[in-house]
Amino acid sequence: MVALTLPENSRYKDMPGRVHKAPAGARRVKTFRIYRFDPSSGERPRLDTFEIDLDACGPMVLDALLKIKNEVDSTLTFRRSCREGICGSCAMNIDGKNGLACTTAIGDCKGDVGIFPLPHMPVIKDLIPDLTNFYAQYASVKPWLQTRTPAPPDRERLQSKEDQEKIDGPSACILCACCSTSCPSYWWNSDRYLGPAALLASYRWIVDSRDEATGERLDMLEDPFRLYRCHTIMNCTEACPKDLNPARAIADIKRLMVERRH
Amino acid sequence: MSLKSPLGRVLGLGSAKEGAAHWWSTRLAAVALVPLLVWLVLALLMAPSLDYAGLHAFVRAPLNALGLVLLLPVAAYHSLLGVREVVEDYVHAKGTKVLVLVLLDFAHVGAAVAGLYAVLRVSFGGSP
Repeated sequence: MVALTLPENSRYKDMPGRVHKAPAGARRVKTFRIYRFDPSSGERPRLDTFEIDLDACGPMVLDALLKIKNEVDSTLTFRRSCREGICGSCAMNIDGKNGLACTTAIGDCKGDVGIFPLPHMPVIKDLIPDLTNFYAQYASVKPWLQTRTPAPPDRERLQSKEDQEKIDGPSACILCACCSTSCPSYWWNSDRYLGPAALLASYRWIVDSRDEATGERLDMLEDPFRLYRCHTIMNCTEACPKDLNPARAIADIKRLMVERRH
Repeated sequence: MSLKSPLGRVLGLGSAKEGAAHWWSTRLAAVALVPLLVWLVLALLMAPSLDYAGLHAFVRAPLNALGLVLLLPVAAYHSLLGVREVVEDYVHAKGTKVLVLVLLDFAHVGAAVAGLYAVLRVSFGGSP
């Protein structure tokens, strides 16, 4: 069977977490409960509690994380870079929903803010998941232009405005992995199911009018696991911080699969 | 432990080059089941009695028998496709998975054939 529960040494529930109180005099206090795991400690993961004075903190969840790292506990480990929703580094599970810490406002989180690494991934440390398999899946769909017609010698390959519009959406994907790691089907079968992010990436080239490997791309995807583990749960579209629609892309791929048979 | 590269692991045994037929068949069977099930419910609601003799007479009526003969294999087929999917989702141990899938195949074909046989027997078999 698939692992429906965490292995014994990955459970944090009965591990006492450390509590960091807000400084005296803080008026707008928000509590963050953050998943902590340090592989070198040999200890099980735990939930630490951080009380943050919102009057001394920026508006986004990433601001709170940086404040904690700078002022409270420098061992807190997470990925971040652009702080404006374009690099995809700070994807994590915030308040029960996958999203980017930099574009999620603290004010939008009701009550205490629980922060966990992206679900169902191996954890390297604290909020950092191991995305090796996720990136390999992206590479497996050959996310680059494939053609047989040589490029015109004097200019770029042309594309109509309507054709460009088809790839505007899917090519805005930042590979943050919020969608794939929100998908139950991906949780159970990520060894064989490519997941919404890789399928959206494949779709981006399937509908690219300049690409000449559409058939090979569909051949590669036509598989009970690679594509058809998608059961239209649509968590992917719900989770996407860029408001993209991987569920729709996957449905379109399935439609093309049938179209070429009839 | 394997030192195979992550990409090598993802590419695995390659594409099975199937799935589209399964996907299409599931939907086709679902569409076929809509009128068949609506008919079955309405026909049973309108049947004069639902005791043994009443149902026996119901199945004996040629149009009802025809409806059931259509419904049974389609329902079994649709169920088989769906339940197989669930097993493929959740059962990962290779041997167990294949065994469960084979048993499901047998059970569904068995149930469909038993149902068909029962309908035909009543339909062609004279009075109870």
